[in-house]
Amino acid sequence: MQKNYTQTWSQRAVPWLFMAPALALFLVYVILPIIQSISMSFYQWDGIGDKVFIGFQNYVDLYYDPQFWTSLWNNILWLLFFMLAVPFGLGIALFLNQQVLGIRAVKSLFFFPFVISQVIVGIVFAWFYDPGYGLLQDILALFGAGPLPVLADEALVTYGIIAAGLWPQVAYTMILFLTGLNNLSPEQIEAARMDGAKGWTMLWHVILPQLRPATFIAIVVTIIGALRSFDLVASMTSGGPYGSSSVLAYFMYEQAIFNYRMGYGAAIATVLFLIMLVYIAFFLWRMLQQER
Amino acid sequence: MFPTPIEKTAPWTRISYKIALPLSIILWLLPLAAILMTSVRSMGDINAGNYWGLPTEWNIVENYTSVFANTAMGRYLLNSVLVTLPVMVGSVFLATLAGFALAKYKFRGNLAMFALFIGGNFVPFQILMIPVRDLTIQLGLYDSVWALIIFHTAFQTGFCTLFMRNFIVGIPDELIESCRLEGASDWKIFYSIVLPLVRPALAALAVLIFTFVWNDYFWALVLVQSDEVRPVTAGISALRGQWLASWNLISAGSVVAALPPVILFFAMQRHFIAGLTLGATKG
Repeated sequence: MQKNYTQTWSQRAVPWLFMAPALALFLVYVILPIIQSISMSFYQWDGIGDKVFIGFQNYVDLYYDPQFWTSLWNNILWLLFFMLAVPFGLGIALFLNQQVLGIRAVKSLFFFPFVISQVIVGIVFAWFYDPGYGLLQDILALFGAGPLPVLADEALVTYGIIAAGLWPQVAYTMILFLTGLNNLSPEQIEAARMDGAKGWTMLWHVILPQLRPATFIAIVVTIIGALRSFDLVASMTSGGPYGSSSVLAYFMYEQAIFNYRMGYGAAIATVLFLIMLVYIAFFLWRMLQQER
Repeated sequence: MFPTPIEKTAPWTRISYKIALPLSIILWLLPLAAILMTSVRSMGDINAGNYWGLPTEWNIVENYTSVFANTAMGRYLLNSVLVTLPVMVGSVFLATLAGFALAKYKFRGNLAMFALFIGGNFVPFQILMIPVRDLTIQLGLYDSVWALIIFHTAFQTGFCTLFMRNFIVGIPDELIESCRLEGASDWKIFYSIVLPLVRPALAALAVLIFTFVWNDYFWALVLVQSDEVRPVTAGISALRGQWLASWNLISAGSVVAALPPVILFFAMQRHFIAGLTLGATKG
C-alpha cells in the first residue's frame, strides 16, 4: 500500500495502457451493447423510424404472448435435458479411461463431433430424423414401429433438437472428465482399494470428489450451451412447427429481424440475459473466491 | 487408475471390452458415416432408398465438383478464412497485452477488470445483437467481412484474456523483477520476456479461436447477407433451401464446410484439448 503513494502517474498508467486496446474494443462491442439493449427494451422501435418510450409495455406484451411462454418453457427443457451431457460424458470418460492399444485414436474420434459446426450437426440430425430418408425410420421399422416425423411433431420436436445438441456436448464434457481422470491421485485410489472400496462406492466417495473441478466446468459449459441454443433450432426447424420448438434466443432473433420489433426483441433478450446473469454471477463469485 | 485397468480384470471382461470399444465408436459416429456415405451417392440411390448398401455408382467426383461448380461454396470457404484468420491474430494479440497487465501488475480494479472480461464472455449473443448491428450499419461495415472480423475480435478477446491471464500468472515474478532491476522498460519486459514464454499457449488459443469463429452461425446471419461475404455456416444453410431433398449434395456440402476445423483438430489435437480443458484440473 505504502508503495502506491510513491508510484508516479506514468507508472500507474502502465497496466491500463497494456489493457487499453482490448478493453476499448470489449467495452464498445460487448459491455455497452448490453446496457443499450436493456434500455431499448423500454422503447417501441421498428429499426428505422423514431424510438417511442413505452415504459414496461414490451414486458407486459411478453407476459400475454403465448409464444414467449412456449420459448421460455423450451429453454427450461433445454436446461433440464442438456444436463444429461454431464453423466453421459462421465460415463464415456470412465469407459475410455484405459490404456489399451489405439485408445488415443478412440478418444479423439469420440471427441471430434465437438469441433463440427452446429449448423452441420443440425443438418446431420435433420437427415437422421427425415420421415422419408432418415435412418431413424429404418431403425423404427426394425421394431415394426411406423414412421415418426420427429421434427414435424409439436410434442417431440424440442426433444429431437436437444438430442442433436447432446451429441457434441457429451463429447465436450467427456474430454473434461478424461482430463480430470488423468489427474486423479493414485495414492488415494490405492488406499481406498486397500480398504476394500470398489465399483460404485469407489466412484462416489473417492473419484467424484476429486473430479469436482471438472464437474463444475462441465456443468457451467452445459448450462451456457443450453441457454445459448440457437444454431440448432435455426438450422433444424426455424422454431417450427408453429413456433413449438422456439427458444428465447431464436424468438428474439425472429421478432427483431423478421418482424422489425426491435424494442420487443430487446425485451426478450433482456429476459434471457437476466436468466443467464444468475449463472454468470455464481460463476464469477466462485472464481473470484479462488483468486483471493 | 480408475476404473481398474482392463489388463487386471477377468478374461471375460477383457474380451467384452475389446469388442465394445469398436462397436461404441461405430454407434457414436453413425450419423457422420451416414453423411459421408450419402455424399458419394447418386440421386438414383437416394430415391431408391439405398442408404446403407454400397452405392450403385460412386459419384464422389460428380457430387463434390457440383458443390463447387454450381454454388458459391468456394466463395463461402474463402470468406470464412478471410474472417477467421485476422480474428485469430487480433484477439490473441490484444489478449496477450491485457493478460500481461492483469497477471503481473497490482492495481486498483484489477480483479474487477478480470471479472468483466470473463462475465462478458458468457452473455447470450441476443443481448448484443441489435446495438452491434446498428453500430455496424452506422460504421458502414454492414455486409462486409470487416463487420464479422471486428465483432469476433472484440468478443473473443474476453475469452482469450481469461486464458492468457491465467497462463501468464504462471511466469515467475522473479524473472520479471530481475529484468526491471536491470532497467528494462515495461514494454521491453513484455516483448522480450513474456511474449517468448507464452508461445505454447498461443498455439492452443489460436486453434480454439479458429474453431469458435469458423463455426459461428448467429453473427453470420445478423451482420452479413450477400453471397460475396457470407461465411460457410450461413452459406450451407442457404444452400440447403435450394437443394431441398438432394441429400447427396447437402451431405457433400456439409462435409466440405466441416472439414477445415476437423483437419485442424486432428493436426493440433494436443494443443486443442489442453486449451479446452484449462481449468478442469484445478480450481
